[in-house]
Amino acid sequence: MTDQGPASQPAAPEAPVALLTGVAKTYHMDAVDVPVIKGVDILVRHACFTVVLGPSGSGKTTLLNMIGCIDKPDAGEVVIAGTKVGELSDDALSDFRAKNIGFIFQNFNLLPVLSAYENVEYPLVLAGVPPKIRAERVPRLLEAVGLADRAKNLPGQLSGGQRQRVAIARALARKPKLVIADEPTANLDSQTGEAILGLMRRLVIKNKISFIFSSHDHAVIRSADDTIFLKDGVIGGIRRRPMEAAT
Amino acid sequence: MMTLSLAIRNLLRNRRRSLATLLAMAIGAASILLFGGFSGNIILEMHTRNVQRGGHLQIQHRDFFLFGSGNPTAYGISDYNDIIKAIQSDDVLENLIAVVTPTLQFGGIAGNYAASVSRTVIGTGYVASDINRMRSWNDFGLRSKAPVSVLAGAPPETAVVGVGVARVLQMCDALHVDKCAPPQVKADDNASALPDDIAQLSLQESVATPLGPARHIEVLIVNSRGAPNVTALEVIQAEDQGIKELDEITLITHLEKIQKLVYGAAQPRVTSIVIQLRHSDQLEIARQRLQPILDRYSSHQPLALMDFRMLNPFFVQTEQMFDTIFGFVFLLIGAIVLFTVNNTMNTAVVERTVEIGTLRAIGLRRVGIRRLFVTEGALLGICGAALGVLLALLLSELINRLDIPWVPPSMVEPVPLTILVSSNPALILKTTLGLICIATLSAWWPAYRAAKLSVVDALRHV
Repeated sequence: MTDQGPASQPAAPEAPVALLTGVAKTYHMDAVDVPVIKGVDILVRHACFTVVLGPSGSGKTTLLNMIGCIDKPDAGEVVIAGTKVGELSDDALSDFRAKNIGFIFQNFNLLPVLSAYENVEYPLVLAGVPPKIRAERVPRLLEAVGLADRAKNLPGQLSGGQRQRVAIARALARKPKLVIADEPTANLDSQTGEAILGLMRRLVIKNKISFIFSSHDHAVIRSADDTIFLKDGVIGGIRRRPMEAAT
Repeated sequence: MMTLSLAIRNLLRNRRRSLATLLAMAIGAASILLFGGFSGNIILEMHTRNVQRGGHLQIQHRDFFLFGSGNPTAYGISDYNDIIKAIQSDDVLENLIAVVTPTLQFGGIAGNYAASVSRTVIGTGYVASDINRMRSWNDFGLRSKAPVSVLAGAPPETAVVGVGVARVLQMCDALHVDKCAPPQVKADDNASALPDDIAQLSLQESVATPLGPARHIEVLIVNSRGAPNVTALEVIQAEDQGIKELDEITLITHLEKIQKLVYGAAQPRVTSIVIQLRHSDQLEIARQRLQPILDRYSSHQPLALMDFRMLNPFFVQTEQMFDTIFGFVFLLIGAIVLFTVNNTMNTAVVERTVEIGTLRAIGLRRVGIRRLFVTEGALLGICGAALGVLLALLLSELINRLDIPWVPPSMVEPVPLTILVSSNPALILKTTLGLICIATLSAWWPAYRAAKLSVVDALRHV
């Protein structure tokens, strides 16, 4: 990750990492149609720490799922890292996710049979990264999240905060353009949650990666560059902080 | 490599369930192998017995097998000694053949006129020393041994009869036949002990009866010119033929004796030239080599080469029956394995739904998910089958060491119960591969379902 340090010269503004236009999503539950996202337009800036804020049931997770290319909208267009993802096949979409998107889940979702090291290494194995490069990159990632000494531990042997740190390292393993985190602090105590947010924030600055995460906690606003307010499937407002101030 | 490692760890994750599945598979595999080893041994016993009795190949008159039982002497092979010499002097056959020996089959009536009883018999004249060499054939190294013919070294007027013939002719006491009570119904007192005409014919033959008159029989046959001929024989043993129908009609004596009776002063013939090979797998080479010799001697008598399978349809039927039962057992156990592994994998898919969603989210393709679960099924199959093979080897070894006596079909003497597993690599290989395929196949459907899961639904699974 250190190889992607901040540029010494002011660069031209980067293209948005995610661009959603007129996106709508309706769930069909039994005989009832439940519209969850009702035609939203969103732009996620490059190397920006973005929060999607809203109460439960406002459509945060659905929105993140579509940005993360694991769900498809019923209407509208999703462009991630310059690619119209709606046109990709399932396999192409898998490859696209593997290359461009990292995920951090509320329940950590680590593979319980793999050690912390192997969990971080797994996306690299999937991508066919040579063992030598893996052996260099994985310890650096674990060190970045403060778990160098826990590399051999299975997830079951780690605390919630430590597991989430492993999940963050895994999400960053392939140097993605975008990391999606669905309520990453929901299952952590407030102190650990703050530490995780701080870590994510530092990694955004250090690696120039866009982070977008959901929360219903208004206290996270102070950590965010951009805040998207979502209510009943529509955008209630977007607050953007100037990038210089954020970094 | 990662898939294999992940699959192994996933199986070890729920050890109890994996162990239960492995045990079910192992017991299934062991059952198949033990049954296969048991039936395989029976087939080898029958194979060996048939080869010991009638060789691998027989040269006969073309129609003898189908029509010869009506009048065997009409289908005699002339020049049989020349044919035997030709076979023995062939460079290739010389190394393949263990025994070549002539036999003569005949039909007649055997009478114990002292007891006023008689019955029709199918007789065989053979060279007893050759027959004893044939009976020592044991290509498969079986533990059972065929009884030695007591005719070897015995005087020319001696004979052996089937146990049934001894019973009907009321010679059980004299021949020390077990479990052979005399009949309740006595012979007609008015019946002549020996009809005059047969007595006259019999006078031409004389036989010493050192073992007493109770073992003396008269055998009436039709000679090659169609005239009746009688000889007196001394029965020295009642030999169990293993099949009641054979026991009731079998009479065996020396070839020369019976040739004299059938052909008199004319050139003697035989009904079969029996060829026993050193090894059964040489049969086709021997057949190809024998055909030109047969053609050479077929100019004045149509000769045919019959193998022991053609001559023993019961053996072929038994082999087919065991194959069918084996197939049925395999299908049943295969179905159990299929449902057991399928159930295990289905449960694994349900339990690991969130994990499947996670893997898909971080970029694993559908095929990767399928591969992972199929690999787990295949691993269960490999380990279960391997465990089953080990179990079968141990059990078969134990059973073989116990020497439990039993009488297999068409056998006479009790033999130790033998289950051939270790010496049958083909059986082990086929069973192992079959079960691995079934286990892999049964994991395919759960794997397919897992791969088809929507990423979002999988991640949302509770």
